[in-house]
Amino acid sequence: MRIRLEKRAGPSRVMVIVTPIASVLLTMILGVAIFHAMGINGFRAVQDIFLTPVLASYKWQDVAVKAAPLIIIALGLSVGNRANVWNIGAEGQYVIGALAGAGVALLFGASGGVLVILLMILAGILGGMAWAAVPAFLKNRYGVNEILSSLMLTYVALQVLSYLIGGPWKDPNGRNFPQTAPLTPEQSLPILFEKTTIHLGVAIAVILPFAFWLLMSRSVFGFQIRVVGAAPNAARYGGFDQRRTVWQAMLIGGAMAGLAGVLEFTGALKVINLGFPSGYGFTAIIVAFLGRLHPIGVLVAGVVLAITYVGGQVAQTSVHIPNSTAGIFQAMMLFFILASDILVRYRLRIVPSKAAAQAAPAGE
Amino acid sequence: MVSSAIRRLELRGIVKRFPGVLANDHVSFSVNAGEIHALLGENGAGKSTLVKMIYGIMQPDAGEILWDGEEVTIANPKAARRLGVGMVFQHFSLFEAMTVLENIALGMDASIPARELETRIREVMETYGLRLDPHRLVSTLSVGERQRIEIVRALLLNPALLIMDEPTSVLTPQEVDQLFIVLRQLAKEGCSILYISHKLHEIQALCDEATILRAGRVVDTCDPKVETPRSMAEKMIGAGLKDIQKKAGRHFGDERLIVSGLDLPAEGAFDIALKDISFSVRAGEIFGIAGVAGNGQNALLLALSGEEPVSDDNMIIVDDHSLGRTRAQGRRLKGVASVPEERHGHAAVPDFSLSDNTILTARDRLGMVYSGLIRPGMARDYTGKVIQAFSVKAVGVGATAGSLSGGNLQKYIMGREILQNPTVLVVSQPTWGVDAGAAAAIHQALVDLAEKGSAIVVISQDLDELLSLCDTLAVINGGRLSAKMQVENADIEEIGLLMGGVHGDPQATAAAKEHLEAAHAHPA
Repeated sequence: MRIRLEKRAGPSRVMVIVTPIASVLLTMILGVAIFHAMGINGFRAVQDIFLTPVLASYKWQDVAVKAAPLIIIALGLSVGNRANVWNIGAEGQYVIGALAGAGVALLFGASGGVLVILLMILAGILGGMAWAAVPAFLKNRYGVNEILSSLMLTYVALQVLSYLIGGPWKDPNGRNFPQTAPLTPEQSLPILFEKTTIHLGVAIAVILPFAFWLLMSRSVFGFQIRVVGAAPNAARYGGFDQRRTVWQAMLIGGAMAGLAGVLEFTGALKVINLGFPSGYGFTAIIVAFLGRLHPIGVLVAGVVLAITYVGGQVAQTSVHIPNSTAGIFQAMMLFFILASDILVRYRLRIVPSKAAAQAAPAGE
Repeated sequence: MVSSAIRRLELRGIVKRFPGVLANDHVSFSVNAGEIHALLGENGAGKSTLVKMIYGIMQPDAGEILWDGEEVTIANPKAARRLGVGMVFQHFSLFEAMTVLENIALGMDASIPARELETRIREVMETYGLRLDPHRLVSTLSVGERQRIEIVRALLLNPALLIMDEPTSVLTPQEVDQLFIVLRQLAKEGCSILYISHKLHEIQALCDEATILRAGRVVDTCDPKVETPRSMAEKMIGAGLKDIQKKAGRHFGDERLIVSGLDLPAEGAFDIALKDISFSVRAGEIFGIAGVAGNGQNALLLALSGEEPVSDDNMIIVDDHSLGRTRAQGRRLKGVASVPEERHGHAAVPDFSLSDNTILTARDRLGMVYSGLIRPGMARDYTGKVIQAFSVKAVGVGATAGSLSGGNLQKYIMGREILQNPTVLVVSQPTWGVDAGAAAAIHQALVDLAEKGSAIVVISQDLDELLSLCDTLAVINGGRLSAKMQVENADIEEIGLLMGGVHGDPQATAAAKEHLEAAHAHPA
């Protein structure tokens, strides 16, 4: 007996949906087993991480607020990934986006209003794009791998952040803490439901996937992205420019990360301190893949990952496991989804060992 | 040859089943000692499967293989070689960065000291007139020379049966002649040859007997010497063969495509640069570009389609538009359509539906885009039209391109370009790996398009195809294009020499001819 991978006639639509769900379930099962082996109540831990945030209604707003940046960043990344452009530096673009927004806020002092907020958001988008433009330029001009350059720029962005909040942009009334002055209510995004933390950014995160869906499925641009990713030679034959696609994919990724950063800043946190970069830019990579690079899939996957964030905090108090456990679960999900990807194109077939032995020497 | 000769190989009721396909359905035939036996059939008729079972790569589900009258099980290629079966594959397995000798040594089952092996290689080459320097690097050899390595490798084992899979598809006519001399000599010495090909006049010239397969079944065993290529082709496809309907006395209009002094630098180390290519094609004219694979055909297609723009606008002129630096999309709008050789991943995206593949090249010219948004309905309608007009066998416009057979996908791709009524159509290998029925349909479509006044360029390695399809012809070699000649007064010998690298210089041509005749005179 031997298991053999056999190519399917076409990609399996069933597997496209089933594998992400199976990945989440496998993560939960493996989580139970690992925690048991460590002497912790595994069922309780997995339940707190995955189920409590869903079942306890007072956790929903936390999930929504955490899901918003994940979804927005992942939308941008999924466009790039579809075109085989690998932007790993969304975290840096997210930080620069937020800083650009903060710069606009500082410029206007205490005054606020719709115009100022719109300007802040615009600045955030442009900031993220500017940060993503560097790897795009380097790739197109010098063939520099965008995975490395975008990742390294994240660390540059973190240095820029700590310089600004510890120096020129430090809150004068902040008792010397390295952080920006808190935004006034006029400079903050409106809250959608009273007595919750759900801000306008959450609504944007719910609407944007549908806009991206339209873009990717109906527009020539979306078609271009899909062709460049699926068959670069066919894309060139069809009249699509590879370099331009790299520019567009990187800039969209940067724009979305920057937008997520500035929305998080004006909607949720109101200040930028050293704790501002919380890894959304990296987690969004998982969201993009778990969502199968499909905008609606990203919306769902963003919520799932947000649940693990919130659940991680719950488990921290209930079963006393470190908060970073959530990160382990997120990583497991990514591994499972990437590993199970092969089932979309291949099917497993169990073959008798005789045939397997005969097939083996077919060297030519 | 001799009717009482022993049966070297006999197949009885061989059955091989794959999921969804019956590749071989009770196939029986035999090859005598010293016989050159042709195995004929369209793509997918089951030839390769059958040969793989004889060479031990696969096992039959049912049936018997008899070797010298005794039933045998050929478990793997090593067992096949021990039995005396040698095989020369269509695609060579050679390491470019190693010498001929090293490549041969790597393929041997037993390890033989290099010096002894070299002596034996030289003996084999001496015996069969196969000229080859054992110490040359493979990367410096022509395709014909590389094939010689594979033949030498097979002959070193003193095979009693040599299987040749489509051996002439990459050779010039002269190289084909030399190969036939070797094969005839081998047969005379008693070695049986199983010769797989779809080139019918070659089979007629070379083979003693032919087994014709269709859809996995033996439809006939015949003597190719008494058949005509046409009668064999009809047995192969199981229907009457349609001739290309070309109007007599065709006349051409103005020059629609003018290429002058086109240069394109090579991209990689093994790539070919295009040097000073000039030609023109008139309205209604089909211009063929012959040549052995890897002589710049791909680069030429990319330069003409706009996938690789050239340095000067005036190098490519279409209907008074200078398009040298215009990219593919812009050239399409000016009426230049193209079909590259590689269907999967170049001419079509395998994972996309046919309808989406239509959008790939037809979107702008046919107005399938409205303010940046695709109109999927229009793409589906047009795809449906292509499927119908070119009898593409597909489950519908939503079928993925990868799910179509080679011939059907090619019909779709050709149809997609032709129905856009291009002013200039450039196609590379239009019938590569396509069955005879589909090939005839594609040829006819090209002739019909020319009739409407389009200028057509056909790049092909199949000289027969070019001679039957084209009005004019030139040969590409080493990135240079020969002068244009009329097909009706073309000299095959001269074309062959041009393909082998002698450039239109009458003196050199004469010298090469002499040389060749000398080679013919001393076959052994």
